[in-house]
Amino acid sequence: MQNLYALSYLVSAVLFILSLRGLSSPVSARAGNVYGMVGMALAGVTTLFVASSPVLWLIGIAIAAGAAIGAWKAKTVAMTAMPELVAAMHSLVGLAAVLIAVAAIYHTGQSHTQVQKIELFLGAFIGAITFTASIVAWGKLSGRFASKPVRFAGQHVFNLVVFLAMLGFGGAYFVTDSHSAFLMMLVLALLLGVMVIVPIGGADMPVVVSMLNSYSGWAAAGIGFTLDNSVLIIAGACVGSSGAILSYIMCRAMNRSLVSVLLGGFGAAEGTAAGGDGAARNYKSGSPEDAAFLMSNAESVVIVPGYGLAVSRAQHALQELTTMLEEHGVKVRYAIHPVAGRMPGHMNVLLAEAEVPYDKVLEMEEINSEFSTTDVVLVIGANDVVNPAAKNDSASPIYGMPILDAYKARTVLVVKRSMSVGYAGLDNDLFYMDKTMMVFGDAKKVVEDMLHAI
Amino acid sequence: MNEPIAQAASAIAQAGGVDPVVASLTVFVLAIFVGYHVVWNVTPALHTPLMAVTNAISGIIVVGAMLQVVDIQGDVITLTSVLGAIAVFIASINIFGGFLVTRRMLEMFKKKER
Repeated sequence: MQNLYALSYLVSAVLFILSLRGLSSPVSARAGNVYGMVGMALAGVTTLFVASSPVLWLIGIAIAAGAAIGAWKAKTVAMTAMPELVAAMHSLVGLAAVLIAVAAIYHTGQSHTQVQKIELFLGAFIGAITFTASIVAWGKLSGRFASKPVRFAGQHVFNLVVFLAMLGFGGAYFVTDSHSAFLMMLVLALLLGVMVIVPIGGADMPVVVSMLNSYSGWAAAGIGFTLDNSVLIIAGACVGSSGAILSYIMCRAMNRSLVSVLLGGFGAAEGTAAGGDGAARNYKSGSPEDAAFLMSNAESVVIVPGYGLAVSRAQHALQELTTMLEEHGVKVRYAIHPVAGRMPGHMNVLLAEAEVPYDKVLEMEEINSEFSTTDVVLVIGANDVVNPAAKNDSASPIYGMPILDAYKARTVLVVKRSMSVGYAGLDNDLFYMDKTMMVFGDAKKVVEDMLHAI
Repeated sequence: MNEPIAQAASAIAQAGGVDPVVASLTVFVLAIFVGYHVVWNVTPALHTPLMAVTNAISGIIVVGAMLQVVDIQGDVITLTSVLGAIAVFIASINIFGGFLVTRRMLEMFKKKER
């Protein structure tokens, strides 16, 4: 029978891999999601047979309660709040890993081998760090905690001391089997989780969320080692590498190294870094009606949305504007920078929610070569991702960051609240070009005015 | 104390001298490679659903939690089983929340196929 269970777990693991594979295209993704659900159900049922005398009623109540809360949250969450939800869910995986490790330690019916103790230690401490780090990330993303980086003298030394002390208690547990040493280790790991995230600023949260995604996978894999459970190890490893890849993609899109993100402080001292000349520069501004006139007479329009668009909830109005322009024979497409939203792929979801067809939403690599033949670019709520300084000015802090080449288009329209700077605290030369027209105001209001004017 | 060590020893003997940890490590390393290649193929437009579904898949930790909710020598309610049940509850939030919110997002991408 043991072999049958192991095979059944293998089938689950394959189904999980297929569910990730399905995400290679929006068409196959829904089937993939079903594979994932089937895999999970199979793993759950198999476990009921594997466990020695499971307490079915207790498990049933726990699952039912969790399912109700999970389903309710999935149904009600706003798409703009996805980053918070994802961060909160990472913290839950971490907490579950910690609880399982403690439960195993206090399991009076079994003792643990030396190797199992190391595995318990690993699973518990990765889980604990994931738990508290994700809570801090969740707080920063949802605005409950200040998103400013928190730094103090000797921070890295302090973290190192905490880390070493944690290893010390882990060692003490390993040698003496002392439960209190294990719990002390956990407390220090929980503290360390807070300490690693507080120095990281709000602008770097997309990287942090991806990184915690990775940690939550490693925590699951660690528990899998303890329990010698192949499906946990495989699923955990896949999630771990998925999060690692997303962190890498986010870092590359922001031209930051993972190390500099983790050491933190981006956005803290930039107030004085930018705007060396300080003199007021000339720019052109126009009304939404002028902008609408330019767009309706263009052959092709590319819209560059940023998070400011989502903040003012202008996506639906923008979709209406798109439809109207298309009725005038204008070719309209969207250009998405990898860090356009607050987590990887966030802007794509926000546009999909507003019923923008996904084949009109193009990634940076796909559209960058086409800006030079575009009549009008409409930049809404984006700033740093279209800043030509990233290409031209080697002294700029964002030099080298890949950008959308909006400045190559014949005319550039920028919808913004004011001339204030973006996340990176930099002035943007794009706003002062001869072919650029600034349209000031709330994104939603401006887009609606454009709609009426066409 | 010696009993689990003896058990481990017999397990090693049965597996032809390979420690189960080594077998697990093999699976782990290979799975990282599989995950790496599969995830690079995910279209950037679906990176948010990817994170949501990996969250749900992390909920597989429920398996570890269920293994703790057991009758230990006739005792149903022990520290172990209660902690395990809480972990089952938490992991279930992840599983149901993750898969359902992924489905909700993917539905939005679906409507546009017409």
